[in-house]
Amino acid sequence: MLSIKNLHVTINDKPILKGLTLDINPGEVHAIMGPNGAGKSTLSHVLSGKAGYTVTEGSVMYNGKDLLELAPEIRAREGVFLAFQYPVEIPGVSNIYLLKAALNAMRKHQGLPEVDAMDFLTIVKSKVKLLQMDEKFLYRAVNEGFSGGEKKRNEILQAAILEPKLCILDETDSGLDIDALRIVSEGVNSLRNAERSFLMITHYQRLLDYIKPDVVHVLADGKIVKSGGPELALELEERGYSWLEGQAA
Amino acid sequence: MSGAAYLTDYSGLAASLPGLDLPWLQGFRQQALQVFGVSGFPGNREEEWRYTNLSALNKTLFAPSASQTVDEDWLNQYRLDDASSVVLVNGQFSASLSRLQDLSGQVSVSSLKQALQDRPAWLESRLGQAVTSAEHNLVAFNNAWFADGVVIEAAANQQLAKPLQILHVVTQTDALSATRNLVVLNEQAEAEVIETFVGSVDSYFTASVNECLLGNNAGLTLYKVQLEAEKAQHFGGTYVKQGRDSRFNHHNFALGSGLARSDIHSDLDTAAECSLNGLFVASKRQHIDNHTRINHLKPHGISREFYKGVLDNKARGVFQGRVVVAEDAQRTDSEMNNRNLLLSADAEVDTKPQLEIYADDVKCSHGVTVGQLEEKSVFYLQSRGLDEEAARNILTFAFANEMVDKVENAELKALLLKELLERFPAISL
Repeated sequence: MLSIKNLHVTINDKPILKGLTLDINPGEVHAIMGPNGAGKSTLSHVLSGKAGYTVTEGSVMYNGKDLLELAPEIRAREGVFLAFQYPVEIPGVSNIYLLKAALNAMRKHQGLPEVDAMDFLTIVKSKVKLLQMDEKFLYRAVNEGFSGGEKKRNEILQAAILEPKLCILDETDSGLDIDALRIVSEGVNSLRNAERSFLMITHYQRLLDYIKPDVVHVLADGKIVKSGGPELALELEERGYSWLEGQAA
Repeated sequence: MSGAAYLTDYSGLAASLPGLDLPWLQGFRQQALQVFGVSGFPGNREEEWRYTNLSALNKTLFAPSASQTVDEDWLNQYRLDDASSVVLVNGQFSASLSRLQDLSGQVSVSSLKQALQDRPAWLESRLGQAVTSAEHNLVAFNNAWFADGVVIEAAANQQLAKPLQILHVVTQTDALSATRNLVVLNEQAEAEVIETFVGSVDSYFTASVNECLLGNNAGLTLYKVQLEAEKAQHFGGTYVKQGRDSRFNHHNFALGSGLARSDIHSDLDTAAECSLNGLFVASKRQHIDNHTRINHLKPHGISREFYKGVLDNKARGVFQGRVVVAEDAQRTDSEMNNRNLLLSADAEVDTKPQLEIYADDVKCSHGVTVGQLEEKSVFYLQSRGLDEEAARNILTFAFANEMVDKVENAELKALLLKELLERFPAISL
């Protein structure tokens, strides 16, 4: 479903990703771990189409399409969802408005009619329950005045409603207390199925106790330097990253 | 000289203006004419007119029109159903289009012409109380040229049963619509008035002055909805005298015209409250100038001012907000805020908040921002599947909608939402 080959990316001519290769099959959960500055967030931004990054080499194929050729909104409509590390506050735009506008943009792209208002509310309310959120959140401005945990939950709520094919979680666990982490993880786990893939970017092994990955990668100095099963995360927890960083050179 | 053509034209039309038989009014007009005659329309050298160029008024001689022709279907889209109404067509009261049947006995609404016939002495002691020709020459112009208008009076403790809409309608090319309105709310009276300015032709000149005299503990909510035609020149001034404990809420929606200037000035007696909200939205080469002045004259007054501007293309917006706290006005509590969104590199806003404080025990603040849409917000919406144009429209709409949200009249709110959505097509929030 996602095939990244030899990806090189610069920001203001400064190389960040230096030949990253990664393949994700449908239904797989991949975790990417790595030290600060390794290029983890750059990867999520490049995949979602944020401006300011230059791809100098390599390719990203997504379900047979050249992902890098697509505008950010087309990527979203094609099923790529980024849960932001720092979700953006949008004063004056209610959560429910954004959810509906986003869902309808997606449905239009797929040639489906706009969602019926009553059906929409039923779907949304069930997902709100799943994430143990207060329904009042729906009518508040997007992320405005939300706590860190509420913002992250809100990202997963959006994913639950938009039902993406590829879900990129950019440090979704950062800043969450253990209760919030459990709720967010349950939300993510409920989205797992044989078709939907996940790319989880995280600093902390703890997340992987709650969301079991199929593959764990270590990203250091712009490249994947090691891949393995869930046991790799435990090893990283014990040994840190320094023993791997030399391998990137 | 600026305004010379108007002065020449005046001698011909003076006889058609109301109140010929009232010496006090003739004196009032003559005095105004003299003031106007000295320098004509205000020029950029005057500090209060620094940003606004009125030269278009000299390029065309805008002249009164007696026409009362209106396309009613067109007009009805701006009408509020749940309101009484006064319709002024090309500056003249239209009895057939106005709807005044729902007024209670102790509230009177009439045309200015009618009031000049019915109770000239009452008018003599009120006209010119809230503003004089010395204010600036557009007020002087209005003093000399006004042809009609509305006079509203609510007796003490009375409330207008329904909102009253004043529709200023211009239907003749190059017409001058000079109207004078007087709102008198006696002690504890309350009213909601909506002024709507529209035109079915492109080029014309509206010069309208409101004087509002609020008795002790009276309350006036006044909405101004300026939807003038694309090349229209608009001046609308509202001058208020607030009695003790009175409340004045003004909402200024400046969405139309080629060039528009609004004055909203209020003088506050003890413990009076004044709230000024405004939204100006301009694009192409539109120019919208908002000039507000809040005079805290006595202690314990409260004022809240919040203006937002959205400027696109080569449009220019002006916000001049002045708050004066007199030496006597201890314990004044005043906040002023102006936030502006520039949607293009060629758009411009000049914002000038001014606080003049002569009392020592006061709480006053002001803030101004000028910015663009945040790219991270645009990207966030794109990442949820909305295209860039829709994302920008939604964010702009949301910025502007904050002011529409403050409108309590549901029918008016719906009308304003429609206007905003035409400018920033997004699904309604």
